Amino acid sequence: MSEVIGYILITIGVLFDLFGCIGLVRFPDIYNRLQASTKCVTLGTILLLAGVAAASGQGAIIAKALVCAVFILITSPTGAHAIARGAYASGVPLWEGSVVDRYGADGHGASPAPEKHPCES
Amino acid sequence: MRRVIYFVLALVIWILLTWPFVEGHLDGQVFLAGIVAAAVVAVLFQDVLPPEHHVFRSPKRIVWFVLYVPVFFYYVLVANLDVVYRALHPKMPIRPGIVKIKTSLTSESAITALANSITLTPGTLTVDLTDDGTLYVHWINVRSDDVDEATRMIARRFEYFLERIFEEP
Repeated sequence: MSEVIGYILITIGVLFDLFGCIGLVRFPDIYNRLQASTKCVTLGTILLLAGVAAASGQGAIIAKALVCAVFILITSPTGAHAIARGAYASGVPLWEGSVVDRYGADGHGASPAPEKHPCES
Repeated sequence: MRRVIYFVLALVIWILLTWPFVEGHLDGQVFLAGIVAAAVVAVLFQDVLPPEHHVFRSPKRIVWFVLYVPVFFYYVLVANLDVVYRALHPKMPIRPGIVKIKTSLTSESAITALANSITLTPGTLTVDLTDDGTLYVHWINVRSDDVDEATRMIARRFEYFLERIFEEP
């Protein structure tokens, strides 16, 4: 029984991963693509882990799946945040259909010439 | 003291990850490697993790955290269905933009948790945050670019819980 539940969870997880990748291809700019990849891939991978844990039913594997799930939940949004911020700072523009950009309006983003490269000095 | 706590934590995670499949038998070499790795982690990261242990000492905060988990997963699920809908819809109904929101949270861990929660939930992605509690959020379907309105729509539902987990004496 738990094996059946496990395989159902794995199937749903793989589907979410697939939809995330479709979004990654279809969305117009890096910020929208990050939305698709972080959300869907996070949930998809966690469902995969839950499915593996349920299908195996072994304490050792459940513990591993749990640790990995927590790790993904913490690192995936942090990584997306770092990529988005890095992209904006290096001047990647928003899609032309974007309706508002409060971040740029407040003077963030690519400055014409950085004062000094961090590797120098 | 903090170094010892991190060492034990890292070692526990290592053991969980390398637990042998033959029950009741712990591989000595793997265990030794774990001690070395945990020691390195504890020394390197003793100042990185926020020193807010009070969260784990109070049962009330832990109860709020346990309550927060299902709420969080509900929003994660909604977020995913929302993004899947937008990704698969032939016309791709998106209206993206970066809005500004202001949070009333002050502690570092609370703001970190808020930023990560926002990133994982409906149509929003934290781009940057400043020291005075301003977050810049990329929103896939901008419904309001007013600061207060956007804060209410994006952050309020999490602030309620995070305030009770990390703040409030």
